Amino acid sequence: MNANSSVNSAALAPSRLEALKAAAVALILGLGLVWLAGFAYPESVHDTAHDTRHALSFPCH
Amino acid sequence: MIARVLTSGLIAGLVAGLAVAALQHFTTTPLILAAEVYETAQHAHDAADAGPVFSGIGRTAATSVATIAVSIGYALILLAAMLFSGDAITPRRAALWGACAFAATGLATALGLAPQLPGMAETELAARQIWWIATAVSTGAGLFALLRFDSAAAKIVGVALIIAPQFFAPQPAAPESTAPAELAAHFAASSLAVQAISWALAGALVGLVWKFMSREQEA
Repeated sequence: MNANSSVNSAALAPSRLEALKAAAVALILGLGLVWLAGFAYPESVHDTAHDTRHALSFPCH
Repeated sequence: MIARVLTSGLIAGLVAGLAVAALQHFTTTPLILAAEVYETAQHAHDAADAGPVFSGIGRTAATSVATIAVSIGYALILLAAMLFSGDAITPRRAALWGACAFAATGLATALGLAPQLPGMAETELAARQIWWIATAVSTGAGLFALLRFDSAAAKIVGVALIIAPQFFAPQPAAPESTAPAELAAHFAASSLAVQAISWALAGALVGLVWKFMSREQEA
């Protein structure tokens, strides 16, 4: 399946290409938000998200 | 398309996040506050161990903001996963994706690093974060291989991806805790339930909003 999709990538339907672009934007933004709330080091971010990090079992100290 | 994706993620995440924040307020947060009393009593002489910056309503607000941010993130990640894999985006399917995401980021990670209350023995933070992320990604990929491909090889790779990270979980030298075991057990169970609800709700709502917005656009 992977081989097929790479061969066909040049000929992707415009709607599929648009969906993939939107998915990439959503993934980056989504991971960014989870990173900020769940993992980021700055003290102010940690203090704000402290209880959420514990509650949603992101590693915390 | 991008506008529809972002709007769906934002609305679904906001609503899911508010509901989860309310749930946390009555389930996990009281246990965290109780554990902090034990932790402070134990380390009363330790001046460097400063307490939380926020208290009262400010703390509730801060926690709610962080929880909403996580929920919007979850909704966007689920949308991205369904778009990448070419799935039809419906509330039921999105909730199932959420259930798998919970298995990867909640259940699998909790096997190695159980949900922790303040005052429990821990290892270096960076190592735990790296293991957590690696386990979530590996388990997610393993579940995808198991559920999406029929070949025996894919099934074997899937199972291996799910099991392998468990051998590398960072463990503290001794399982110490200032919080009573009963409190910690209650917290671990509550945390897993809250996580499951966060993912399922983010999924179901993002599927619902997506369906609604698609209908609007076609009309």
